[in-house]
Amino acid sequence: MAKNYGAVAALKNTSLSVLPGEVHALMGANGAGKSTLVKILTGAIRHDRGTILVRGKAHLVRSPADARRAGLVSVYQEPSLIPDLDVLANLRLTQTPVEPFRNWVRELGVPDLDMRDNARDVPLAIQRVLDLARALAIEPDVLLLDEMTAALPANLAERVLDVVKRQSRTGRSVIFISHRFVEISALCDRATVLRDGETVGVVDISPGVEERIVELMLGAKIEKARAAQRQATEASAHGEAGTRIAVRNLRVGTKLQDVSFDLKDGEVAGVVALEGQGQDELFAALAGSTKPSGGTIEVDGRQVRFSHPVDAVRAGIAYVPGDRSEALAMQQSVRENIALPFSAAFRNWGPIRMGQERATVQSAIERLQIDTRAQREVQRLSGGNQQKVTIARWIAVDARTILCFDPTRGIDVGTKQEIYKLLRQLAAQGKSVLFYTSELEEIQLACDRAIVIFGGKVVDILPVEIADEPALTRAAYGLPRDAKAAVGILAETASSEGARP
Amino acid sequence: MSIIATASPTVPLGRRVKRFMGDYPLVPLLILLVLLVVVLQIMQPGIVNQRWIANTVKFAIPLALLAGCQTMTMLTGGIDLSVGTVATMAAFIVATQGVDNPAPVAMLIALIPALLVGFANGIGVGVFRVHPLIMTLGTSLIGVGCLQVYQRTVIGSGAKVPDFLIWLGTGVTWGFPNALLLFIPVAALLIFIQKRTGFGRLLYAVGDNERATRLSGVQYWQVILALYMFSSVLAGIMGLLYMGLIRAPSLSLAEPLVLPSVAAAVIGGTSIFGGRGGYTGTIVGALILTVLTTLLTILQMPEGARRILFGAIVLLVTAAYLRIIEDR
Repeated sequence: MAKNYGAVAALKNTSLSVLPGEVHALMGANGAGKSTLVKILTGAIRHDRGTILVRGKAHLVRSPADARRAGLVSVYQEPSLIPDLDVLANLRLTQTPVEPFRNWVRELGVPDLDMRDNARDVPLAIQRVLDLARALAIEPDVLLLDEMTAALPANLAERVLDVVKRQSRTGRSVIFISHRFVEISALCDRATVLRDGETVGVVDISPGVEERIVELMLGAKIEKARAAQRQATEASAHGEAGTRIAVRNLRVGTKLQDVSFDLKDGEVAGVVALEGQGQDELFAALAGSTKPSGGTIEVDGRQVRFSHPVDAVRAGIAYVPGDRSEALAMQQSVRENIALPFSAAFRNWGPIRMGQERATVQSAIERLQIDTRAQREVQRLSGGNQQKVTIARWIAVDARTILCFDPTRGIDVGTKQEIYKLLRQLAAQGKSVLFYTSELEEIQLACDRAIVIFGGKVVDILPVEIADEPALTRAAYGLPRDAKAAVGILAETASSEGARP
Repeated sequence: MSIIATASPTVPLGRRVKRFMGDYPLVPLLILLVLLVVVLQIMQPGIVNQRWIANTVKFAIPLALLAGCQTMTMLTGGIDLSVGTVATMAAFIVATQGVDNPAPVAMLIALIPALLVGFANGIGVGVFRVHPLIMTLGTSLIGVGCLQVYQRTVIGSGAKVPDFLIWLGTGVTWGFPNALLLFIPVAALLIFIQKRTGFGRLLYAVGDNERATRLSGVQYWQVILALYMFSSVLAGIMGLLYMGLIRAPSLSLAEPLVLPSVAAAVIGGTSIFGGRGGYTGTIVGALILTVLTTLLTILQMPEGARRILFGAIVLLVTAAYLRIIEDR
């Protein structure tokens, strides 16, 4: 099977060909056109020029239904179940056979799914799995996975990769979009790299190809901004830092049982947890969106009770949610989005000092290097730039504490590096950051400590030196620090990762 | 679109025109307005003169004021259907109170119910989260009922519209309707609020993504309460002006203007789902509707057919306009 895709206006000159039985990685920095290409391939948006050939036959893909007939099915970056319908009704809506779906769900490591649950009540990660199962149940010729593992906890991600691999052995093809090299090198046969809407290279995945891909993606070589740089910033931080937030025996609903930790001035504390261990509730409570059912939160030594996010904002605590669509007014400009907190308080409802606002916003934009070519509407920005806007807002108001919930989900390597750097800079200025991440390697890149939560409780707090992926994984599964016992495939891949040349 | 001529190799003209329209959404509206006036002139040569323009503006202003209420509320994803009742109440009260009280007192009394209705709307929508459509429809019904009760208490005393309002509503100075003296400052204020104040910023943001504003520390109910009170007072002021224009108090004076006011805002490019639009478009929208009404009036047509045509044209224009300015 050959599938060619010629020039498109939004994408300038993109081609992609996928062999039968191949897992093909599609890579590129944010805004390179990956998502656009996938949407075109599955008929969600129309292309202006170019052709799509499936098994040598040209197909007019004008709608998702067309795409499905041509054997192209995709799982998008965002969950696509209709929240107010139960799972079964969602399946009926897309005419998905139920039995195969159920089997795939079980295969993917979710044994106890109630088909009568409203999709809204299913956790985000499980929704993604359901999306995948739904796509698999249709038995597509070509399966497109857009950032499939981005929101998944490690254990589910592992199952997904496993299933994808097996899918390819049956002669079907998979187009796999991911920012995680670990997954790409474990899974894919070849990779097509996009930059600015153009195909800049197709490479075979072999050991050491990562450098080459990154080079292609960025158009120039980037230095490995890793440990060396981090050590430098770290030296400047740390002294006798005061305690910014003290959480004691915090309980929220049934998910968060008993959490205590301190967040100091000038530190980035990482939070590590498998999906649904209460981290959402912890952040919601600290941000004032949810009322805790027990325990205390102290800010600067004084006990606080947040009943509305405004209380948290007044205490200098800013919350950057993981879901960008939760934080941005998508139809408004970059400037208005960044300046939003300025107008929030009643006393600031009057005339805006435009000059002052522009200056403040501009300096935040420069600091985060937001690409403002499409600044009239935030929804036209790429995911990474949108994420930067959500953070820039709080840089602009100079918030003392920033709660970042998985800020690097689904954004490219370069932007990730910038975000780590930014978090370090904030800490160096004496700000404190609480940083939840689903990508364990980020802990050592950006944090000073790792707080591990399991079953709604803090099970361990690891200093950064020993918080490597295997250690964090063990802790996240609730195993004691010095246990040598294997914890299944996950630990193996994580450790064999280092062994790979 | 059948335009194939390309100015630059990558961007065809059609797309560039579209992008231009998307950047300046007012342009297609103004083109439509001019087009309607031209059609009118062709159908009845000589009708378009200074007097006609002044008259059109005079009747467009009350509509534009009510549409201002809709624009503001629609920015947050809401709607205010109580404006008709509020305006009617203000008009009716000013006419009946004008008999015994000096004009300024009568006008102030007339605005009290507007404040009350706005307060009720704001609390209902902002605090109890009643859907704006239901909430304002409800207060509107209650308002009509109260007005009927009030009517019985003043039934014998007659009515007198303050001279100032008549001057403002119907007067023309040097060819300009006096109502512009009220309208221009109000329009400037509305546009200023929308573009240059924190409150205006919040209206757009709340309509776009309420959760995001919440996380930024915005308290929804404050914004909504202020908004609906503002909207009601504006409707009340419009009622006073309209009384001066019509001069005959009735219990359903401004009701027929409610749906056109929504239409004017929508034609003007304000999204009913919130987050986008503005008052400049609404003003042009109100003018378009007024000219359209004149146009349909001079057609020799039964009333029913005229209404059908009016509705169809409004739908068509709105749909076409959205397609033009939407860049997808």
